[in-house]
Amino acid sequence: MGQPSMNTLKVTLPESADSQALPQGNIKMSARDVKVFYGASEALHGINMDIYENEVVAFIGPSGCGKSTFLRCLNRMNDTIDSARVTGKVTLDDQDIYDPSLDVVQLRAQVGMVFQKPNPFPKSIFENIAYGPRLHGLVDNKTDLEEIVESSLRRAGLWNEVKDRLDAPGTGLSGGQQQRLCIARAIAVSPEVILMDEPCSALDPIATTIIEELIDELKGSYTIAIVTHNMQQAARVSDRTAFFHLGNLVELSATREIFTNPQDTRTEDYITGRFG
Amino acid sequence: MSNMLLITLLLGLMAIAYQLGLVRSKGVAATTSGTGVKMHSRPTYHAMLVALWVGVPAALIFAVWSLFQPGIIESMVLAQLPPEMMPATENDVRILLRRIHNLSGGFGLIEEAAAYELNAARYMAELRSISQMLMIALMASVAATALVWTRKRIHPLLRARNQVEQAVRVLLVACSAVAILTTIGIVLSMIGEAMRFFSFVSPMDFFFGTTWNPRFSTVGTDGQTGFGMLPLLWGTMMIALIALAVAVPVGLMAAIFLSEYASDRVRAVAKPIIEVLAGIPTIVYGFFALITVGPFLANFGASLGLEIRATSAITAGLVMGIMIIPFISSLSDDIITQVPKSLRDGSLGLGATKSETIRKVVLPAALPGIVGAILLAASRAIGETMIVVLAAGNSPVLTANPFEAVSTMTVTIVNQLTGDLDFASPQSLVAFALGLTLFVITLLLNVVALVIVRKYREQYE
Amino acid sequence: MKTTNMMPEDQLDLAQKRDRMQQRVKASLKRRHAQEKRFKGMGMAAVVTALAFVTLLFFTILSKGLPAFWQATLTLQVYFDPEVIRIDPKPEKRSDESEGAFQQRYLAWQTQLGFVNFNRIILDSLAREIPEAPEYQRDALRLVTSGERFALRGLVEKDPSIIGQTLTLDLLADANVDVWMKGNIDRNLPDAQQQLSARTRAWVDELQARGVIKSKFSTALFMNPDSRSSLASAGLAGAFMGSLMMMLIVMFLAVPVGVASAIYLEEFAPKNKLTDLIEVNINNLAAVPSIVFGLLGASVFILWFKMPLSAPLVGGLVLSLMTLPTVIIATRSTLKAIPPSIRQAALGIGASKVQSVFHHVLPLAIPGILTGAILGVAQALGETAPLLLIGMSSFVASVPATPFEQSTALPVQIYLWQGNELRNFFEARTSAAIIVLLALMITLNALAIWLRKKFETRW
Repeated sequence: MGQPSMNTLKVTLPESADSQALPQGNIKMSARDVKVFYGASEALHGINMDIYENEVVAFIGPSGCGKSTFLRCLNRMNDTIDSARVTGKVTLDDQDIYDPSLDVVQLRAQVGMVFQKPNPFPKSIFENIAYGPRLHGLVDNKTDLEEIVESSLRRAGLWNEVKDRLDAPGTGLSGGQQQRLCIARAIAVSPEVILMDEPCSALDPIATTIIEELIDELKGSYTIAIVTHNMQQAARVSDRTAFFHLGNLVELSATREIFTNPQDTRTEDYITGRFG
Repeated sequence: MSNMLLITLLLGLMAIAYQLGLVRSKGVAATTSGTGVKMHSRPTYHAMLVALWVGVPAALIFAVWSLFQPGIIESMVLAQLPPEMMPATENDVRILLRRIHNLSGGFGLIEEAAAYELNAARYMAELRSISQMLMIALMASVAATALVWTRKRIHPLLRARNQVEQAVRVLLVACSAVAILTTIGIVLSMIGEAMRFFSFVSPMDFFFGTTWNPRFSTVGTDGQTGFGMLPLLWGTMMIALIALAVAVPVGLMAAIFLSEYASDRVRAVAKPIIEVLAGIPTIVYGFFALITVGPFLANFGASLGLEIRATSAITAGLVMGIMIIPFISSLSDDIITQVPKSLRDGSLGLGATKSETIRKVVLPAALPGIVGAILLAASRAIGETMIVVLAAGNSPVLTANPFEAVSTMTVTIVNQLTGDLDFASPQSLVAFALGLTLFVITLLLNVVALVIVRKYREQYE
Repeated sequence: MKTTNMMPEDQLDLAQKRDRMQQRVKASLKRRHAQEKRFKGMGMAAVVTALAFVTLLFFTILSKGLPAFWQATLTLQVYFDPEVIRIDPKPEKRSDESEGAFQQRYLAWQTQLGFVNFNRIILDSLAREIPEAPEYQRDALRLVTSGERFALRGLVEKDPSIIGQTLTLDLLADANVDVWMKGNIDRNLPDAQQQLSARTRAWVDELQARGVIKSKFSTALFMNPDSRSSLASAGLAGAFMGSLMMMLIVMFLAVPVGVASAIYLEEFAPKNKLTDLIEVNINNLAAVPSIVFGLLGASVFILWFKMPLSAPLVGGLVLSLMTLPTVIIATRSTLKAIPPSIRQAALGIGASKVQSVFHHVLPLAIPGILTGAILGVAQALGETAPLLLIGMSSFVASVPATPFEQSTALPVQIYLWQGNELRNFFEARTSAAIIVLLALMITLNALAIWLRKKFETRW
């Protein structure tokens, strides 16, 4: 176990999570003393967290609290920002993902990501889904590929809506459909973990509900970490919830626990709407 | 009195008018200050209005007068010439007028002047001074009237500011019209001269003829004269294609490398250096092609057993390609950076490598913009002149061999229009027909490219 | 809704599938990373290629052109022999005489001076170094470039008191001497193919060994106009003056008109079909080949308005029209970058639209406008093709005093020189002219960059 950071001492140690009456599995990912620097300024001050297999964990907190930054550490998307620097240790199945010998390509095939704004490629719906499998050489022939596309779209609950127009451009779909297309695109490479960065913030309430139902369906087979600024959403979809504030992980416990009986006054202030 | 002096005087007069207007309007303002009537405009605006009224009409008179005076005086002088001395051809009339001009201006002539010429010169000088005096008198009286009238007009309710601003707007609109007038000028002058050319040579022969051989002999007397444009068009296209074949891969890859891979330091150094290529005058490229690239290619070809002429399509095309590299690279750079980061993230998040992301997501997304950039570059290559004048070898033949000398439309325009400018012969006029064709081709390319690029920008805004 | 967790066998299926996928991903890695490297390598190669072209271009021009700033020069004792220079005293203006009469007398004196055989003076000076020179006048006179006799005449005209004196003067050697000295001609060529006679060549070598002929920095390139009779003294002064006049015309025409029209389009013009058309029109005008502007100049200014051929005035007008779109586009983008809040603030306190533009927006835009204007002028400075079409390709041996006189321009001078038959002399001189032109352009561009840096505002 890593060093517990000062700010997170009281409630956020994984041990505290063990006490929750939750179906616990194996630890899928774990973070120890993760700090992120943008240039000289420190955006995350040593985060410790364990994420269990096939659970949904929600990250909440006011804007700029570091929840998205932390999420992006989990599949090394911070690498794409020139000024960002990450220290500490993040493991996936006990393997250090920042180890130089680990290939980031492979990591991202295992840890997929869905972004804030739906970002389908300017290609057909079929090509959007086929993109990942083709890149990674997951299929040998067209039939296999078609099968993957269909099963991914089915999983994402989009198949019935688009099966007749797989050649239509993905950008022509509605916002909610686009986001589900992006989820299907991520599923198509069979990841183990899916990171979702405020996936519903650009969507209307109905589309949001559909995505939330989808997350619920996926959670049996995928480990999901979701960033949201919508507390109701966190309450609805997640098993556990982590509260971030000013670059610290303040509290992490079972979702019901955190919303009914927060341990930290900052958490309480936030969920009762005293700041946000 | 010279024109310069007159303009200076007029400006001085405007300054005085401004001062007078300023004093007067301040006076008016002072008298009304207690009465509750507020001046609509500040005194400076009243003063400006006075100055404008004094200056602008007088300047207009000056401009119109200067435009028509020489013509009227010349015709008056010609009218009083003894009829037997009147030259027969238009050209001789021009020469005679020139002599009279010189005499009346006191420059002297190389040969002796005839008595009738001296008379005419004296008459011309006389007319000139009369006209000059008339003009000054007219300008002075208009300016004076305007000064008195507008000064008296100053009143608290006069909307001087609005009027001055209206004048400013009119001036601004007039300036914007210059760009339009230029286009109209280009189109009209080209069409006009090209029509005159087509009165000598049929458009069919010009556009579809395969022989380019404009003999400088009397027109139509010998059958070997050929005004077929195709060899020139072909040469133009061949060189432009070679140039694009050089510039597109290099420029595009350089843009990709600098925007996606290079560190900030490398980019800060390499980008401006590559852009230096865009600022170098084309004559310098031409010279470079002539003394360095051409001989190098010829030697290189010889070592391979190929016959490459020093001045050839390949030489001109290669150097033109170098010239276009920064054009392609900076346009592509703009376009590539406009592809939203979210698309890149989407691809990288799936585990794509950087190059896969660029090749499979960024470039396809940027394709319309890049096509637009290439079209713009093509239009530039087609219109480029000096490189081909120096390095293409000027040989208007239809050949598919890029190692041979060719000629282009621009080269031919230069060839036909340098030296004697005789605007009556098809040999000169053909330049305008070629220019018109060139203009239309580049215009089409530009319009299409601009539309594509604009659509592309809107897509990601 | 209900959570539908998967059955254990499904879970197993998924785990197997994931394993298989991971294997496949791993298998693809090597190929993909190699591809990545190749792609990056291609990009780097492209950048290196572009940089290599820049380097090669500058290296060629500099290595060819720099030596031309130093020219073979003879240092001779020149005796202004009163026996040869038989002229009246230089006329002074008398108080009782009219300007015209004095001019007449002065002209007569100049004519007298014009008849003096300055070749004789040069020959005599050469004879001090080469005793046999008078016997082989033709060979001896090929040593000094023919323009130098006019230089000597100029000295006498300026100060006739030097008659009778002996001065130590630097005289430019003939272009062929320069070529021979710099080794720009094969020394082993047979006599018939040499540009200088065997005797002259021997003299050059001898004088060079004695230090009488040396390569010296020459101001001829900057101070003299073009010349065809005395190639060694051909210079850029005329072209420079022509270019300068044209630049001034561009600055005083294209810049104000362009800025005014940009202000109108950006700040005042209603957004409608017409302004759309103007916008498209300006963008297209910016991409019209420069030679088309030359055709416009030839047809409108020369043919219709009967303006003089080869005049900087016409050149300046043509270049102004050509630069106009550049200035308009640059100014518009500067104005666009100024936040609307500035305008709203001015309008909000009761300024009129015109006042808000001229008092508040324009002052903020001035650095950007200046940068655009300078870049436009620099572009016009390097333009050649349109000038050829308005007659500027003719040879002009004088420095123009007014924009109505015949003149040439720097890039046109380069074009004319590169075509000169004495290739082995003019290749270097053309490169030197290019260096001068590029130096001017780099100065202008550096000025623009400096302005931009100094006044750059980030909104």
